[in-house]
Amino acid sequence: METRNNWKAWLYLAPLLILMGIWIFYPLINAFIISVYENYLPLANNGAGQATGYTLQNFVRILNDQLFWKALGNTFVIALISVPVSIILALVISVALKSIPKLTGFFQTVFFLPYVTNAIAIGMAFAFMFHQNYGLFNYILSWFGLDPVNWIGGTSSWWAQMSALLIFTVWSGLAFKILVFTSGLQNIDKQYYDAAKIDSASKWTVFRRITVPLLSPLILYISITSMIGALKAYNSVIGLFGEELGAQPYSMITIVAFVYKFRSSYTDVGYISYAAAAAIILFVITVIFSLIQGAVSRKRVHY
Amino acid sequence: MSDVFVLNEKAYKRKKVISNIITYAFLSLVAISVLIPFYWMILTSFKTWTQIEAIPPILYLAPSKWNLSNYTDLFLTTSAGQPLFPFFTYLKNTVLISLLTTTGTIITTILSAFAFARLNFKGRDTVFAILLATMMVPGEIFILTNFLTINKFGWYSIYDQTYSDAILAMTIPFMVSVFYIFYLRQTFKQIPNELYYAAKVDGTSDFKYLLKVMIPVAMPTIVTIIILNAMGAWSAYIWPAMVTAEDKYRLVSNGLRGAFTDTSTGRTDYGQQMAAAVLVTMPLLIVFFTFRKQIMRGVSRSGIKG
Repeated sequence: METRNNWKAWLYLAPLLILMGIWIFYPLINAFIISVYENYLPLANNGAGQATGYTLQNFVRILNDQLFWKALGNTFVIALISVPVSIILALVISVALKSIPKLTGFFQTVFFLPYVTNAIAIGMAFAFMFHQNYGLFNYILSWFGLDPVNWIGGTSSWWAQMSALLIFTVWSGLAFKILVFTSGLQNIDKQYYDAAKIDSASKWTVFRRITVPLLSPLILYISITSMIGALKAYNSVIGLFGEELGAQPYSMITIVAFVYKFRSSYTDVGYISYAAAAAIILFVITVIFSLIQGAVSRKRVHY
Repeated sequence: MSDVFVLNEKAYKRKKVISNIITYAFLSLVAISVLIPFYWMILTSFKTWTQIEAIPPILYLAPSKWNLSNYTDLFLTTSAGQPLFPFFTYLKNTVLISLLTTTGTIITTILSAFAFARLNFKGRDTVFAILLATMMVPGEIFILTNFLTINKFGWYSIYDQTYSDAILAMTIPFMVSVFYIFYLRQTFKQIPNELYYAAKVDGTSDFKYLLKVMIPVAMPTIVTIIILNAMGAWSAYIWPAMVTAEDKYRLVSNGLRGAFTDTSTGRTDYGQQMAAAVLVTMPLLIVFFTFRKQIMRGVSRSGIKG
């Protein structure tokens, strides 16, 4: 009976495999091929494409491209700051959420709202809130006697723009993390906390010695997925800065934005190879980050 | 002795009350920070130019003072016969794309999750592992070639792209989701084997078993997948912009950025911009509040990253 299932099973998988073959596996392999084409013209020969040979020059050129290093730097700053900050914030909020007797559902719903919004629409709202003269952020700063900051105006500094981008990124990323952590906290056996209460352990000790270790598999999962997400930052930049990708052109460019910069260059010699090479570098970075996190977790995560 | 105990009890209670107050204050502060951008977006969309440029900013407007001109401008101001922000055109396209990709995705997801969860075949675990591995690959890698494929299929042309070509280009590549397959497979696996063998003894075919037993049992998960997937079309930005030759084929996100700049003065019309942002955000919030439980449960169980 089980062997007869063989061809039937493939029949059930056929729609999936055909679609994935065309739109995922083929383009994945093709990206590697395109990235080593020399003088590639993708739309030549009635769409068959033409190239003069193979070369590693595309990668060399990228590594010599100032803009690529800028994109890489911006992306790393976004990932290395926004991911830890939002994870710690989300943890604290989730623990607070768990300790209150009432209104948990209300707060949970409110905290989840940023998840169900359009990054570009809400990014535009943030952009306006960061306006130097009419924005809400500077108005709030003025309550504390602080001078207005030129967050994202034409002459704003790199750090001001990056801070605005980070605030927006953390704000949008919290929702998902809080939800996952609160449902993780519900699964922690109450007896650990009861035992801690008997030992009259402080809140900080409970947090450090019970909550964090027991949540560590989830924390690892969340840090890997958010790291991958942060390395792919793009819509947040568009929302906040528009197609210029920064207060000055390209000042907030990310790796994905760098790849997309060439999206209308299908008729220009070599550009798509260049974009493919950049996409592959992004892929490799993603894999490296995930491997590092996996390796760290083997030492720290308690399953 | 008992006095000491009562004292401790009181001290403990007082401590508890104080810590509760602090916790509520903290959570309320977070809640306000989460809500402010929404509030500010809505408030700004009802302000006039002068109110928007008021210093200090106006923090509250009574509903009777709401100015609707930003909204009416979006629809009534036209350039080249098109409204400033053709929201209903974008909305129609987005809903259509959403329906089609969701239908496609749910079909491929159910069929393959069934095969992976219920059927035994050679290479099952290998194929499943390969599928999971693809989730690591950034989508940007596929896009470059997929655009060429769309060209080869004749679905894109700068001069004579038809509406149905544009729809095909925006839907067919997005009818697969490994994440949902993984999620549904978990649910399918929880259905006891005994049911399957009993059905086999009765001579029920696999497909009938899938339709009559597995899908109804897994319905809550399937509904969650449908809602989450349908909402995904709202965020689609780069691909629709790449594969559509005309503005009128595009989706809600595409219309948002770039527009609303006064051509004569070069300044951004924030009121109109926020009105458009409100229009784009509202349908999502309506869907969210209608299916709040399914969405939150689905996201927390499957760990789907937006």
